[in-house]
Amino acid sequence: MDLKDLYRDVILDHNRTPRNFGRLEAADARADGHNPLCGDRLTVFLKMNGDRIEDVRFEGKGCAISTASASLMTEAVKGKSRARIAELFDHVHTLLTQHDAVPDPGLGKLAALSGVREFPARVKCASLCWHTLNAALADSAAPVSTE
Amino acid sequence: MAANPAPAGPGPVLDAERVRKDFPILERTVNGRPLVYLDSGASSQRPQAVLHAVDEYETHSHANIHRGVHALSQAATEAFEGARERVRRFINARSTREIIFVRGTTEAINLVAQSYARPRLKAGDEILISALEHHANIVPWQMVCEQTGASLKVAPINTRGEFLFDEFERLLSPRTRIVAVAHVSNALGTILPVKRIVDAAHARGAVVVVDGAQAVPHARVDVRALGCDFYAFSGHKLYGPTGIGVLYGREELLQAMPPWQGGGDMILTVSFEKTTYNELPAKFEAGTPNISGAVGLAAAMDYIESLGLEAIAAHEHRLVTLATAELERIPGVHIVGTAPNKASIVSFTMDGIHPHDIGTILDHEGVAVRTGHHCAMPLMTFLGLPATVRASFACYNTEGDVASLVAAVRKAREVFG
Repeated sequence: MDLKDLYRDVILDHNRTPRNFGRLEAADARADGHNPLCGDRLTVFLKMNGDRIEDVRFEGKGCAISTASASLMTEAVKGKSRARIAELFDHVHTLLTQHDAVPDPGLGKLAALSGVREFPARVKCASLCWHTLNAALADSAAPVSTE
Repeated sequence: MAANPAPAGPGPVLDAERVRKDFPILERTVNGRPLVYLDSGASSQRPQAVLHAVDEYETHSHANIHRGVHALSQAATEAFEGARERVRRFINARSTREIIFVRGTTEAINLVAQSYARPRLKAGDEILISALEHHANIVPWQMVCEQTGASLKVAPINTRGEFLFDEFERLLSPRTRIVAVAHVSNALGTILPVKRIVDAAHARGAVVVVDGAQAVPHARVDVRALGCDFYAFSGHKLYGPTGIGVLYGREELLQAMPPWQGGGDMILTVSFEKTTYNELPAKFEAGTPNISGAVGLAAAMDYIESLGLEAIAAHEHRLVTLATAELERIPGVHIVGTAPNKASIVSFTMDGIHPHDIGTILDHEGVAVRTGHHCAMPLMTFLGLPATVRASFACYNTEGDVASLVAAVRKAREVFG
């Protein structure tokens, strides 16, 4: 177990300069995520185009793992369909929790999170954004209010 | 608790290197490095004397207490009631009837909230706490407020983490029925002026509940000198076992309170028509208690007094001063909580690195600290921080531990560039 497995350059870079960071004014779905154990909070904003995520942004305060994971996630899901995102979610979940998992080739830069599984106390930091994304997607799938 | 811990010089001196040898767990390694345990504020480690006392009791003396004429039941009863007397002496209570064994500080405060406050308070009454309380000294009072219509008032602190006594006094009124404060802040280490708080509260007719979880391991607490009405603390922060704690209450208050849990041991007679409750302290100890925990707690108090609480306090004060000075020299480090009167705790943040990342890197170096909101979310909100890193010191920590902490924090800076 090496610290450099957790804090890879990609992670440190996305922590320092998170991509797609900030509010999305034209969002048609959003969800708040909160990890009450450590106090991490983030909000995911989505702009949907039919079945696809046209644009995605996030904001919040968290540790390097949670910030980098959210940043990497936004890059990975932009333009993707719900079905493809569900697949990615499964691959990320496997990556974060299964010790012998070989990163799925489709993960791309998300594979940088593979070191997290050696630090069980930090898995929730990395998965918070994905659960929040799921909540936002569920929100966008809800019937449109007529009010 | 002394306003200013005794300076080094004449007086008892602690040989921490020798003390360390009393704690078997400190010999282990973590992540291939010698364990540097700086999380005693969350739970302290136990000396061999405590482990041995619990083991002896379990091996040779265990049975249920207060029932049965057989030899083991009597031995267990003696051990348990002997522990109660040990606790009485430790905090200088008047009587063992004032010492209630509970699971810990949280349960003790809930007992007072439900058994003392709930039957007495009504709409218009106020409960006054401070802004630096642990959730265990906030939520039980919020529950009582919901149940009775009373309202919760909060005495402010400043950004240094100091309790503002004048502001507190301004919030005291004839409506204030209960004042509940920490003796020492678990997140910042601030020592509160409990004696002054008690005097001011009593002058308005309020009853004072003190959360002493972070105080009893670090200075001599004399509940009669403080004059408080209730004092709560936990065994496991005091070098004793988990699952055992103490509620001290002034006898006349405890006498007037209804039991809060019903069951065995807390009754004198039971019929389906009427039950008469037992005398103090049994009235508040329904069910079989944590007997070995009480035995371990008594052994922990013996151990602490063998070292000397004044010596422990002076030793920890030196470590806090050293750690504060060394950490402040690291670029980007900010000490959180800079009240002049502090005990045993150094909380800090570091620019550009979240406390959880610091915690992981420190752990990798074998250094155990607490990171997060320290169960004091309102305090963190006031300070504008999501979390801090908290190093907390105990009798077994050394200057070498401080050096390891500082080196590990520098390492965190390196990792993050």
